[in-house]
Amino acid sequence: MKSLIIIPAFNEAGRIGRVVAGVRAAVPDVPVLVVDDGSADDTAAVARRAGARVVCLPFNLGAGVAAQTGYKLAVREGYDCVAQLDGDGQHEPGDLPALLAVIERREADVAIGSRFLGAAEYRPGFARRIGMGLFSLLAWLVTDMRFSDVTSGFRALNADVVRFVATEWYPTDYADADVLITLRRAGFRLKEIPVRMYPRAGGRSMHAGLAPVYYVFKMLLSVSLAPLRRETSARKGH
Amino acid sequence: MDGLTLHQAIFALVIAVVSFGLILELVRRRRLREEYSWLWLLTAAIMVLLVVWFPLLRFVTVLIGAVTPINTLLLFAVLFLFAIAVHYSVIISRLTTQVKNLAQELALVSARAEAPPADRR
Repeated sequence: MKSLIIIPAFNEAGRIGRVVAGVRAAVPDVPVLVVDDGSADDTAAVARRAGARVVCLPFNLGAGVAAQTGYKLAVREGYDCVAQLDGDGQHEPGDLPALLAVIERREADVAIGSRFLGAAEYRPGFARRIGMGLFSLLAWLVTDMRFSDVTSGFRALNADVVRFVATEWYPTDYADADVLITLRRAGFRLKEIPVRMYPRAGGRSMHAGLAPVYYVFKMLLSVSLAPLRRETSARKGH
Repeated sequence: MDGLTLHQAIFALVIAVVSFGLILELVRRRRLREEYSWLWLLTAAIMVLLVVWFPLLRFVTVLIGAVTPINTLLLFAVLFLFAIAVHYSVIISRLTTQVKNLAQELALVSARAEAPPADRR
C-alpha cells in the first residue's frame, strides 16, 4: 500500500526537524511531506534537511488549507493511505504505524488518534474539557458515533476519504469536529485508536487570545449546519 | 398622512441622483465592475421612485407601520446597505476560496518544478 505522511507546519523551524526525524524513525519506508504554511522562518529548509519533501504555500492560509494541499498532492500522485500529524511535536510519531495499520487492514476508512483512549497522559484544562464535551455531545447527536477526542488532528485516511477532503467544502480555518461529522454522515467508517499527545513545548498555540471564542462559534455553526448540507452526496460523484 | 415636505423631497432626490451618477461614473471609468454596480443602482432608482411617486411611499409606510414617510425612506436606506454588505460578504467568501485554490495550486506546481527529475512521478 502506497502511504504518505503529511505534516502541516507554520513557523516550526525549532521543532519540525525532530518531528520529521521521529516520523522517519517510526515509519522508515513511508515518504514524509511537510506543507510549509507560509512560514517566516526556516521551517522549509529544516524540514528538507531532515529528509522530508516540502511544499511551500506562498502565504499563511491556516492549518486546514495546508493539510488539504497535502491531500490534493496525495490524490494527484495516487497514494492509497495518508496520515496527518501536527508539526509542533504534540503528536507521538511512534503511534503512526497503529494508525496506518487500521487503513491497511481496511478496518475503517478513517483512523482518528484519540488522546483519551487507553493510558491518557494528557489532561486538558477546565475550559477545554467543557468545550470538548460539548462538541462530543453534538457529534453524537448528529451522527451515531461517540467520539472520545473530537479535536484530534492526528489521523489516517484511505484514498476515498482523501479524495473527499480534497474537494471544495473542506474548512479553511479549523477542521476537526465538523470534518468528523461530515465524513461520518457521508457514510465513511471511522475508528478511534489510542495515541499519545504531549503539551506544547513553547511557541504559540493556535488557541490563543480570542481564537478559542471564534473556534467555538465556528464549530457550533458548522456542526449544526452539517446535517443540512449537501456534501454528503459528493462522495457518489467520484 | 402628509407627503414629504419639499425640503425632504429635494434632499432625498439629490442624494439618490448623486449616488446614481457616482456609480455610473465609476463603471464608465472601469473603476467598478458592472457586476457589482447593479445593487447600488437599484438602491438609488428605488429611492427616486419612492420620492417622486408618493402613493407608493404612502402604501409602503402603511404596510410596515411606520409613522412618517421619511422614516420609510431611512428604513429602506438601511435595508439596502445591509443587502449590499451581505452581497459583498458572499463575494469575499467566493474570492477567499479562489485565492486558497490558487495558492495550493501554485505550491503544488512549484514543488513539482523544483523537484529533481528523479523525484517526478
